[in-house]
Amino acid sequence: MARVVVDVMLKPEILDPQGKAVHGALDRIGLPGVVDVRQGKRFEIEIEGEVDDARIAEVAESLLSNPVIEDYTVRVDD
Amino acid sequence: MRVGVVTFPGSLDDQDARRAIQVAGGEPVALWHGDHDLKAVDAVVLPGGFSYGDYLRAGAIARFSPVMTEVIAAAEGGLPVLGICNGFQVLCESHLLPGALVRNDHRKFVCRDQGLRIERTDTAWTSGYTAAQEVTIVLKNGEGGYVADELTLDRLEGEGRVVARYLDVNPNGSLRDIAGISNERGNVVGLMPHPEHAVEALTGSGTDGLPFFTSVLTEVVGG
Repeated sequence: MARVVVDVMLKPEILDPQGKAVHGALDRIGLPGVVDVRQGKRFEIEIEGEVDDARIAEVAESLLSNPVIEDYTVRVDD
Repeated sequence: MRVGVVTFPGSLDDQDARRAIQVAGGEPVALWHGDHDLKAVDAVVLPGGFSYGDYLRAGAIARFSPVMTEVIAAAEGGLPVLGICNGFQVLCESHLLPGALVRNDHRKFVCRDQGLRIERTDTAWTSGYTAAQEVTIVLKNGEGGYVADELTLDRLEGEGRVVARYLDVNPNGSLRDIAGISNERGNVVGLMPHPEHAVEALTGSGTDGLPFFTSVLTEVVGG
C-alpha cells in the first residue's frame, strides 16, 4: 500500500482571503511576528499496487488542483 | 425552442432558470447531471448554486459529471451554453472559458442589485442588448472574483470577449471589473450575476436579465 500525498497551494500572485483571515486571528490571539499566512489543501491517497506517477500527475492537474490559480506537489510514501 | 437546464446536486437556481426560459417564450427542459443525455436541446443553461457542495473548488467536481461530457462536446460543436454564477465556475473548470473564479477579495458573500455594462452583443446570449447598454441585474456570490494571467486578460480584451463589466462598484475583486466573458465563437458565455432572477417585475429588481434568454431563442431560430 502506498500513500500519495498531494499538496495544493494557491499561486503566490493569487489573493488568499482565507489565509488573510487566519492571519488576522493569529494577530488577535497574540502570535508575534507573523508576516503572512497562506492556506492550502492536502490530499492523502491510499493506493494498492503500483503507483503510476504519470497518472497521478494527470489527476493532480485536472481534478485536485486548477493550474490557473494553484500549484501542486506530489510525494509518495511507501 | 428547447433550452436545457442542468441540475447538479446542490444547484439552486435551476428552477428559476427554467422559469426565465419559459417567460422568454422558450421551452425549458430539465437535464440531469448523471445522464449522458442532452435530450436534443437547442441550448443549455448551467445554473447557479453550489454543485457538489462546492467541495474541492467551485465547479471542479461538476466538470467531471456525465452530463458535462456531453455539454463540453456540444459546446465545442457550437451549441449555445450559458453558465450563470456556479455555472460560470463550471465552464472555467471545464476549460470552455479561460481563467478562474476565486473567493471574493473582501471575504464576504455579496448580494446586491448590480450595475453592468453589456460590452459584447454578438454572442448567442446577448444579441438582444444594444452595444454598451447599462443594466441592473442581481448578483450573489462568495467566489466571484474573476482571475486570469495578464496575457489572457489582454487577449480577452483584444478579441472583444468581455461580455459584461461591473459598473460603479466592483463587488468581488474581479480583475478589470469583468462580470462575464465568452469563448472565441461567442456560443459559450459565463456570467457571475443572475439574469434569471431579473425577468419579471413581480419579484423586483426589474427585467433587465430577460434579453439573455430571448437572445438565444432568436439565435437558434435565426441560425
